[in-house]
Amino acid sequence: MYSAPFEYLRAGSWEDAVAQLQRGGEDAHVLAGGQSLVPMMMLGLAAPPVLVDVGAADERTIDVRDGSLVLSALVRHVELEHSELVRRTCPMLAEAAGYIGNVRVRHRGTIGGSLAHGESTAELATVAVAHQATVRVLGPSGRRTVPASELFVTHLTTSLEPDEVITGVEFPLTAGHSGSCFLEMTRRAGDFAMAEAAATVSLDVDGRCTHARLVVGAVADRPTDVSEAARALVGEPPADAAITELARGVAEAVEIGPSVHAGVGYRREMVAVLITRALGTAISRAASGGTATSTNGHRV
Amino acid sequence: MSKHQISLLLNGQPIEAMVEPNMSLLEVLRVEAGAPEVKLGCGEGVCGTCTVLLDGDPVNSCLLFAVQADGREVTTVRGLAGDVELHPLQQSFLEHAGSQCGFCTPGMLLTAKWYLDGHPTAGREELRAALAGNLCRCTGYTKILDAVEAYRDSLAEVSHVD
Repeated sequence: MYSAPFEYLRAGSWEDAVAQLQRGGEDAHVLAGGQSLVPMMMLGLAAPPVLVDVGAADERTIDVRDGSLVLSALVRHVELEHSELVRRTCPMLAEAAGYIGNVRVRHRGTIGGSLAHGESTAELATVAVAHQATVRVLGPSGRRTVPASELFVTHLTTSLEPDEVITGVEFPLTAGHSGSCFLEMTRRAGDFAMAEAAATVSLDVDGRCTHARLVVGAVADRPTDVSEAARALVGEPPADAAITELARGVAEAVEIGPSVHAGVGYRREMVAVLITRALGTAISRAASGGTATSTNGHRV
Repeated sequence: MSKHQISLLLNGQPIEAMVEPNMSLLEVLRVEAGAPEVKLGCGEGVCGTCTVLLDGDPVNSCLLFAVQADGREVTTVRGLAGDVELHPLQQSFLEHAGSQCGFCTPGMLLTAKWYLDGHPTAGREELRAALAGNLCRCTGYTKILDAVEAYRDSLAEVSHVD
């Protein structure tokens, strides 16, 4: 397994990375954890002439600032999975990180790298859209922020320019009784998901739903935000029948692309199952005070 | 494409090598550094056969360019014990028939050792999840888990004696 030859550059800062990307031309590519890009290079599916290694461009910081969980782009999946701060403030992020690849991939892979890669089955993409995260971007003309919902264009394609880098991600935190749940379905541990569901729910003191968001992942060319449908739950204590009906309606309407693992009809059925379970779990977590987070290795 | 000089601490021994940027750590370990115990399996980061510990953490040596490992500490299965004796986990694999063809064994040993170092009382299900990314086509995993559990239990006995 050999990748095509390339020139290897090491960036000492994000500014440095942008300058090196500019010099390297539009086919130059950022190398972060390399757990998606490098397999593609080894298989001959990608052959960037220049790689800009951003591994030393920044610290791997996790902070809460101004009502948001703020992550450096270099934070690794294993850190999302186990960070007490992440588990307490944004448990669905930790939950989803535990599903990514395998333990070796989670030790190298980064949140910025995963989002910038734009893989349509990426767990963190689905969670970023569900949590209405904001991506911090640096380019030649300076800094800008991109809502996660505007980052993903289609398979392996984002709205980033070739000389832009993701420097961090902000997840706005919800107050009060809220709960969340991320679920995915795979044939085997570590496979690309066949379907994903990410749900967040807030309840008032009387158990009435005040807010619900729902995103379906790994079925189309990017995460599908179906929160409009989830608004059917708002105003009442969520009832099982309403959840089932909502899940069925979303599963029938959502666009589902082809997969080598299973047919469209089967995955449509599984989307309904995942939505039902994710919403049900998010609601019960919200009711019990919003504590959540499963351990690594949970399967549907 | 210019070559890069890298230095590694491989199983405690300093190693220097001149590498092309597109050489994986796996290739440099096997071809340049005399460490053929690191095996190439899938080459895509899925099978776990090429697992090494990088500064103590399990990584895919097939998906790491050697230049990225410059200045780091790399542990292969040979770093677990001395040249003559087996590590107790290796001995446990031997006693419980946790190794058949042996190809996955280095990755299994390193992953299990790393996980138990951090979770010395892990139960079978946790061990199963920790090893989920290491594929074995021979044993059916049962004997591997038996071997890892027996090693875990031996750790507990040692700490009771202390």
